[in-house]
Amino acid sequence: MLRIEHLSYEVNNENILNDINFEFKKGKFYVITGHNGAGKSSLAKCLMGLNKSKGKIYLDDVDIAEMAVDERAKLGMGFAFQQPATFKGIRVVDLLKINKKPLKEYEQILNKVGLSAKEYLFREVNNTLSGGELKRLELATVLNRDLKVGIFDEPEAGIDLWSFGNLSQVFNEFKSSERTTIVISHQERVMNLADEIILMKDGQILKSGKKEDILPLLNI
Amino acid sequence: MDNNEELKKFMLKKVADITEFPEGAYNLRVDGVGVKRQNSENVQIVPKEDKSGIDIFIKENSPKQVVYIPVLIMNGGINDLVYNDFHIGQNSEVVIVAGCGIHNHTEHNSEHNGIHTFYVGKNAKVTYVEKHYGHGENIGKKVLNPVTTVYLDENATMNMDSTQMEGVDYAIRTTKGQLKAGATFVVNEKILTQNNQFANSIFNVELIGKQASTKIVSRAVAKDESKQEFHSNVSGNCECFGHIECDAILTDKANIIAVPQISALSADARLIHEATIGKIAGAQLEKLLTLGLSEKEAEDFIIKGFLS
Ligand SMILES: Nc1ncnc2c1ncn2[C@@H]1O[C@H](COP(=O)(O)OP(=O)(O)OP(=O)(O)O)[C@@H](O)[C@H]1O
Ligand SMILES: [Mg+2]
Repeated sequence: MLRIEHLSYEVNNENILNDINFEFKKGKFYVITGHNGAGKSSLAKCLMGLNKSKGKIYLDDVDIAEMAVDERAKLGMGFAFQQPATFKGIRVVDLLKINKKPLKEYEQILNKVGLSAKEYLFREVNNTLSGGELKRLELATVLNRDLKVGIFDEPEAGIDLWSFGNLSQVFNEFKSSERTTIVISHQERVMNLADEIILMKDGQILKSGKKEDILPLLNI
Repeated sequence: MDNNEELKKFMLKKVADITEFPEGAYNLRVDGVGVKRQNSENVQIVPKEDKSGIDIFIKENSPKQVVYIPVLIMNGGINDLVYNDFHIGQNSEVVIVAGCGIHNHTEHNSEHNGIHTFYVGKNAKVTYVEKHYGHGENIGKKVLNPVTTVYLDENATMNMDSTQMEGVDYAIRTTKGQLKAGATFVVNEKILTQNNQFANSIFNVELIGKQASTKIVSRAVAKDESKQEFHSNVSGNCECFGHIECDAILTDKANIIAVPQISALSADARLIHEATIGKIAGAQLEKLLTLGLSEKEAEDFIIKGFLS
């Protein structure tokens, strides 16, 4: 479904990602893990077009490497940021309304991520929201879309333990035979949801496979 | 003629958010002449005899009144200067909806200079809503230079919402305030400029009574090659509180200069100013792009929210 070939990314002539090849299959759930600075977020942003990379990226055999972020979004790719943006004067409902749906559905999605619609739907998305609230909202804006590929950059970071059971449920629901899920995480609990785990190191994929094969390598 | 009536209705909706005049007091001025006026039990509107303009009297102890005093200019080559004085009796409460729209589809400039002075009695509460809007495509400029002076007596409150929407080519907006003990003056200003427009917003507020307080929040967006200036001075000579906040977004080749000044003339004065100017944050744009908005749509979305 989503295939990358010879993907590299550099900033100021310094290689951040180095000749990565991988295929994310339809219906599968992937967790990307690895040390801080390994290149996980960089890779995720290249997939979404937020970073300008070299190499090929195919979505259902269409080369999307030259496509802008919004074009990729329209093809059904979604991205939850590690650090959510805040806005002045823009309310939760305004963000959700970008993907037009009945109000009822926005309420359901907020409930899913543990935010009561009554309290949050008309709140401004500014820095009066707590870190965890912003992360939940970030998740909601992505779940609100009809996606083929969902990319989540550390969605559980900063979210309390509610929490984890709920979050697993969210991802289990999101998981479908029709879409690909890519979650960046350091948490073993998240890895338990995965079909395949990708371990990154120094801008490359060191290994991918089952949890049992990957976890021992994490101390390297 | 009908067309003109339709256009007037459209303009009235833009600047005062009404389609017809509601019950209660109002005064409509078109092309420099008062054309429609109505008083109410608690509100008297009296035309001035020595110069152009009206005196508006709100009786003491009036329960909440709503007064509409919109101004329209529907042609080019008009230079309208008007003096409106508001005398607000103590303990009364009033919402005043002003607003001025210029429709100018000619080669000649049109200009409105509204000199508004508020005398607000003790404990009175005023909400003042003012929208400025320009309409029409030709080279004739739409110029709006409001001067608002506010005298707040003890414990009086004034909330001023001032908005300059699109279409105003040139504006010098002056707001002055003098606050006695316990008075509160809150201003929320929103300005959008585009193309070659220019707007200068000037605030001068003096806190002269114990526990007087003011908060001025200005949000500005300058697009294209437009220019804006923001000059504010809040001074306090006693135990008082003042806060000025100027928050601006720039796009394209626009410029904004912000000069917030605070003058504490007593050790008990507590005054704060903040000014932030910058382009739209990259993280905001990126988020909206991932939701499928184009760059232009994302920019418009952010600006609309910022000025809402
Ligand atoms: N725009 C940039 N400019 C300079 N360095 C960058 C840039 N983007 C990424 N890097 C560097 O590339 C490396 C990979 O960063 P990235 O954010 O992808 O790491 P990560 O694996 O997501 O780490 P974490 O677990 O901390 O989120 C880091 O060393 C980072 O400093
Ligand atoms: Mg990261």
